[in-house]
Amino acid sequence: MAENKLENTCKAVIIGGSAGSIEVLLKLLPALNPGLSFAIIIVLHRKNSTDSSLADLLSTKSTMLIREVEDKNPVTPGVIYLAPADYHLLIEKEEVFSLDDSEKVNYSRPSLDVAFESAADVYGSALVGIILSGANADGTAGFNTIKKAGGTLIAQKPETAQSSFMPQQAILHAPVDFVLDVPEMAAFINSITTAN
Amino acid sequence: MMIEDTEIDLVLNDLFELYGYDFTNYARASLKRRISRLFILDKFPSFAEFRYRIKSDSNYLKRVIEGLTVTVTEMFRDPLFYKALRTEVVPALAAKPFIRIWHAGCSTGEEVFSMAIVLKEANLLHKTLLYATDLNPEVLEKARRGIFPLVQMKQYSENYIESGGKNDFSAYYTAQYGQVKFDETLAEKMIFSTHNLVSDRSFNEFDLVLCRNVLIYFDKNLQERTLNLFDESIGTLGYLALGSKETLNFSTIKPKYKQLNKEKIWRKIS
Repeated sequence: MAENKLENTCKAVIIGGSAGSIEVLLKLLPALNPGLSFAIIIVLHRKNSTDSSLADLLSTKSTMLIREVEDKNPVTPGVIYLAPADYHLLIEKEEVFSLDDSEKVNYSRPSLDVAFESAADVYGSALVGIILSGANADGTAGFNTIKKAGGTLIAQKPETAQSSFMPQQAILHAPVDFVLDVPEMAAFINSITTAN
Repeated sequence: MMIEDTEIDLVLNDLFELYGYDFTNYARASLKRRISRLFILDKFPSFAEFRYRIKSDSNYLKRVIEGLTVTVTEMFRDPLFYKALRTEVVPALAAKPFIRIWHAGCSTGEEVFSMAIVLKEANLLHKTLLYATDLNPEVLEKARRGIFPLVQMKQYSENYIESGGKNDFSAYYTAQYGQVKFDETLAEKMIFSTHNLVSDRSFNEFDLVLCRNVLIYFDKNLQERTLNLFDESIGTLGYLALGSKETLNFSTIKPKYKQLNKEKIWRKIS
């Protein structure tokens, strides 16, 4: 396998996950260098509770600014964005977020496929997609779209995932570039900063 | 499979030129997804055939409008929002001799019926008019009937209770054949009408304008136009209510409004 390093320039890293992925983020986020030159966009399947504190929880683990997305927020480098529960997350060509409360996709809202496809359309080869732990196959179709647009794909090493199905599906059905455990993932993301 | 941006432009142009529906300032990412979805669902072999169908078959237009506009809604959606309406907005309206409310983009009317229940419980419905508008006449027809699927009532009842409702929610409707019909006295004060936020103007002055999860489908320019239209339609000390992830932050009308609390309700202060 090639060295775990990105050849393209990178404008955004989009991370998708479901069951067991919050635990991964709690380890991954503290290991990231502050001052990244691109945005990190996190899309998770989670329960729609009226008073969600996930953004607060993740904030305790990172010195980077973590924001739950509101409609038409600009995508700013160095910021970590969290998709709100019960909306699909889309990105406009002018690099602002749009939210969408239309029907669920893969029984999910937000759907990873929807967010990945939209991000691929905007960022093309300057996008890195990451799939974490999860128990359904959402994200795999979106992974293929990212690759078709020239982006880079990373899956969590299934044996390190609490639910291995989601990364496994991605590895089986999409041309994943790197299969990494959490420390390797952090090193990869940090290396993008220095590469640019 | 996504339709190309240039093809989206062609479809939008056709819809405007032939039928007067202007989607050009809708948020493009969502619109592109929905047009692509329609194209795939209806199994068109090519984009040219899809476009031809839209241009030549005015019956298919109904399907296109239905496919491009999102009609997802529920009763007492975001219960804590309704709790804030009950505890902070409704008491402030109570002293008025007459209350006018506008639900802009009301879709199939679930939130209008929710509002009517809140007003009835505050003993204010008799002196209120609820204007409910949408660009799509099909959804308004459904709203006007006040008939909703029975399967959703469990969720709606939970929402109602979480919003501070104290009654038996099922007392507001009668169930029959998997549907429920809401009490006709709730609908007596509702006025349904088509209104397009893209092209139509303000038509009255209101004490409360609700427009929830409609602006997310607009681009920033159209959001700004719409918020100005609302501003023209809201009297001093009137209220504006938006969806849970929508904001006034990018708008020029922001300085005239004060946000009530963490729910998305603003009061016009100047």
